[in-house]
Amino acid sequence: MESLYAVTTGVLSACGLFLTLRGRTFPVVVGLTLLSYAVNLFLFSMGGLTTDGAVIVDGPSDYADPLPQALVLTAIVIGFAMTAFAVILAMRARGDLGNDHVDGEDNREDRSS
Amino acid sequence: MILPWIPLLALLGVVVPLLTRQRGRRFCSLATAAPAALALLLVLSQVPTLLAGDLPRFQLAWVPQLGLDLAFRLDGLSLLFASLILGIGLLILLYAHYYLEAHEPFARFYSFLMLFMLSMVGIVMADNLLLLWLFWELTSLSSFLLIGFWSHWTDARKGARMALTVTGAGGLALLAGLLLLGDMAGSFDLGVVLESREAILADPRYPIMLVLVLLGAFTKSAQFPFHFWLPHAMAAPTPVSAYLHSATMVKAGIFLMARLHPAIAGSEAWELIVTLTGMATLLYGAWFALLKTDLKAILAFSTVSHLGLITVLLGIGSPLAILAALFHILNHATFKAALFMSAGIIDHETGVRELGRLGGLRRAMPITALLTSITAAAMAGVPLFNGFLSKEMFFAEAAASPLLGGLSWLLPVLATLGGILSVAYSLRLVHAVFFKPARKETPRSPHEPPRLMRAPVELLAALCILVGLLPVIAEVPLGLAVEAVLLTPLEFHLAIWHGLNLPLLMSAIALIAGVLLYALHDHLRQFGRQFAPMDARLVFEAAVQRLAATSQRLTTRLENGSLQRYMSWLLGAALLLGAVGLLQLPSLAGARPTQEADGILLLGAALLIFGALGTVATHRYRLISLLMLSVVGLVVSLTFARFSAPDLALTQLSVEVVTMILLMLALFFLPQKTPRESSAGRNIRDLGLAASLGMVVASLNYAVLTRDNHGISDFFIANSVPGGGGHNVVNVILVDFRGFDTLGEITVLALAGLAIFKLLNRLRLFMPHSDGEGRVWSPDRYPLILTSVSQALLPLALLVSAFIFLRGHNLPGGGFIAGLITAVALILVYMARGVEWTQVRLDFQYQPVAIAGVAIATLTGLGSWLFGRPFLTSAFGHFHIPAIGDIELATAMLFDLGVYLAVVGATLMILANLGKLTTPHRPSKEEKH
Repeated sequence: MESLYAVTTGVLSACGLFLTLRGRTFPVVVGLTLLSYAVNLFLFSMGGLTTDGAVIVDGPSDYADPLPQALVLTAIVIGFAMTAFAVILAMRARGDLGNDHVDGEDNREDRSS
Repeated sequence: MILPWIPLLALLGVVVPLLTRQRGRRFCSLATAAPAALALLLVLSQVPTLLAGDLPRFQLAWVPQLGLDLAFRLDGLSLLFASLILGIGLLILLYAHYYLEAHEPFARFYSFLMLFMLSMVGIVMADNLLLLWLFWELTSLSSFLLIGFWSHWTDARKGARMALTVTGAGGLALLAGLLLLGDMAGSFDLGVVLESREAILADPRYPIMLVLVLLGAFTKSAQFPFHFWLPHAMAAPTPVSAYLHSATMVKAGIFLMARLHPAIAGSEAWELIVTLTGMATLLYGAWFALLKTDLKAILAFSTVSHLGLITVLLGIGSPLAILAALFHILNHATFKAALFMSAGIIDHETGVRELGRLGGLRRAMPITALLTSITAAAMAGVPLFNGFLSKEMFFAEAAASPLLGGLSWLLPVLATLGGILSVAYSLRLVHAVFFKPARKETPRSPHEPPRLMRAPVELLAALCILVGLLPVIAEVPLGLAVEAVLLTPLEFHLAIWHGLNLPLLMSAIALIAGVLLYALHDHLRQFGRQFAPMDARLVFEAAVQRLAATSQRLTTRLENGSLQRYMSWLLGAALLLGAVGLLQLPSLAGARPTQEADGILLLGAALLIFGALGTVATHRYRLISLLMLSVVGLVVSLTFARFSAPDLALTQLSVEVVTMILLMLALFFLPQKTPRESSAGRNIRDLGLAASLGMVVASLNYAVLTRDNHGISDFFIANSVPGGGGHNVVNVILVDFRGFDTLGEITVLALAGLAIFKLLNRLRLFMPHSDGEGRVWSPDRYPLILTSVSQALLPLALLVSAFIFLRGHNLPGGGFIAGLITAVALILVYMARGVEWTQVRLDFQYQPVAIAGVAIATLTGLGSWLFGRPFLTSAFGHFHIPAIGDIELATAMLFDLGVYLAVVGATLMILANLGKLTTPHRPSKEEKH
């Protein structure tokens, strides 16, 4: 189970990172979102994987680790704010610059190695 | 407590001229001199205490964590230097009063001068290494201001910059050295350091520390090869040159060597480095003093030479050498300050400083001629003047030093050579200016300066003779200072006549050969002219420009404006660091037993991987890619649910909805497809980078998952009910234990909302009338089913969010989730009915909601101050409400309400404002009113 979980976060991060390396804004935003899923899963697993537990005192006796959960909860919400900011920045850039390349000008991706 | 008042008075002197400048120069000068004079009196008032054998000290903790104390001491060495600094400073003030032209900003000048005085007094009185360093840096800064005082003049600016660069770089080296030194001694307290000699000398880091400290001292005291800034600092007004570059600042390095002498001197490395550097400086400076033709340049190089002399003595380090060094510091300050002031008078009254254009001034300025001759004789070491005494002691010590073993005769020979040169340039100075017949008319017709402008020179010249004739009067201050350096009293007697001995012979040789050398010096100068002149400033400027050009080239190479390139650098660095970290693990798998995976987990993982790969594979077709992404998001929320995190599952689910709506809305305004523009090589590189990083992440995650963690969570579980009054530990952490974090987070959320609101302001975007395939949008703008469902759903959703909110403290839920549910419900209405319809019914702005949320959370936190508790302390209690029953209420709930409002406000601020862009007719403020 642990290896399966680890492989999944690995694939998710790899896919997210590949997309963040693209040259157009929208795939980069999608990549960031994907990456934040991966990061949230990764951070969440810091407390170990608990099945059929909970973090309710006086509930089930098998407690999950509450601290990563609390951290990830806010991370999810902040991640949304960040995605929103990035995508709206991308829109603004397109509106002001007339294209959706991350550098603000077309056809410069392969200029750099 | 008198000690702190001495620097405080100097500090007062910094402010006084700026406050009194309206009242005229005379008043301002007097007002500035008053605190300095008082400080001098305070310093002198401590002499009896010192003579009684006490050491006045003052200590006040400043930054105890760093070992930095506001600590002052006034031992003999401090006393000698402090009286020198304050005394000569007063004379310089008097001189500057006449020197500066009427239109020049004299108050600013005084203020800089006093700032410098303050920092020098600070250096010599500091009883803490770090404090000493602070004042040391302050001298660099204030001397920068003083050298560049005539800032309209290129030479002044460049000279100031050069001085700052050299002494500033030395200051950094010194800081490193002092930190090492403090570490070796175990304290930054000077008293402790001075008594830890054995520990310091035995430390393996001693050579590094020594070199760093000496770098600081050598740069400051213009020792070869760092001497070059000093002649260029002569672009400063003459009072500054007289004060900083002869009497005080350049002595700071010397002072430092003397101050730390008990702790770090005496090793072979010290003797070799210090003595030889000093000797090289002595000869180099003297040689160029003979060749230069500018009056101030001659004095500058002779200063370099004399500083070298003192350094040699400190390097030799025998008790008598220390005595000679201190004595020469005193003598040099006296005659060199006077000489600089005379040079300033000549410059001031004739308008030139070039030796070639001066001459015959004896007639026009007889008194100045006399004074200059006296002080120059002292500099040359003519008997019956003070310079003679210390120079003869120098000869004696050079002859007695066993340094260099079989070559130890070299030292006295070189010392004599320095003496010869010194006689020659002193003679040249006096002869060429006053006695040689004038060749040209000077720009101004020369005459004697105002009486009081000459007074400081007269006083100093009188001292030269007085000490020269009656050296006994210098014995008391020197005795105290030597005791401070050697840590034991030294029995000595200063006398003019020691009988016929080697030093006397050396002095005689120096005098006679010096006169001869001057007679021949035209030939020498011809000889010197054969070498290509090397202007230190040009070399320095070229070096600076080369450095700037190189960094510019490097920057443009690394930073070419391509964000993709930066991203790949960043990821490459992360890969490297992550891989290095993993390499250090003994094995990937830890000790914790792994759990079995079941079919559902396999299916979930397969779905996640499928979704992620699909997102990448279809990323050119943005809508499909987005749908794939939403698969990932949904399965992630199921994953949270599967692994015992109901709060996370709920949050992820609602955020997923909001994110998808957001991205779809944004996609509406962006191109529907991504062009194929990456080269194959680029794609392979990116794939490789992403895949390797993915593997690093997976390995890291596996490594963590198979190891036991010993977190702090048990504390939270144990204290959730007794400390936070809630059963849902996640929520209690959010609103109570780590409430401050949450406050920060909702603030960020609200700020992001506000930023987006501003970004969308006046954004005009092209609105496509059809989708990417050319199909026009459906004419049915608000589908009937959605409209009716949403209407029915809204109250229900609000009820659910209220329920989720209220139970949050004890069961899964809370402000974040409730806020998101409310936001989703409202967005549904927007989508079903359109912005205009909703706007009429929900007639309020969302910005205030978000801000109110943050405000409520903050005020809840502040509320605990009213009860004398720290910020964000929560309180809770059980209340009995009739008809409802027992209820538990906590202030954390109020905080959670703030979270709720901030989330609702920020989310809607983002989505509703973005949504407004999609309506062709955008209701604007102007139309509303």
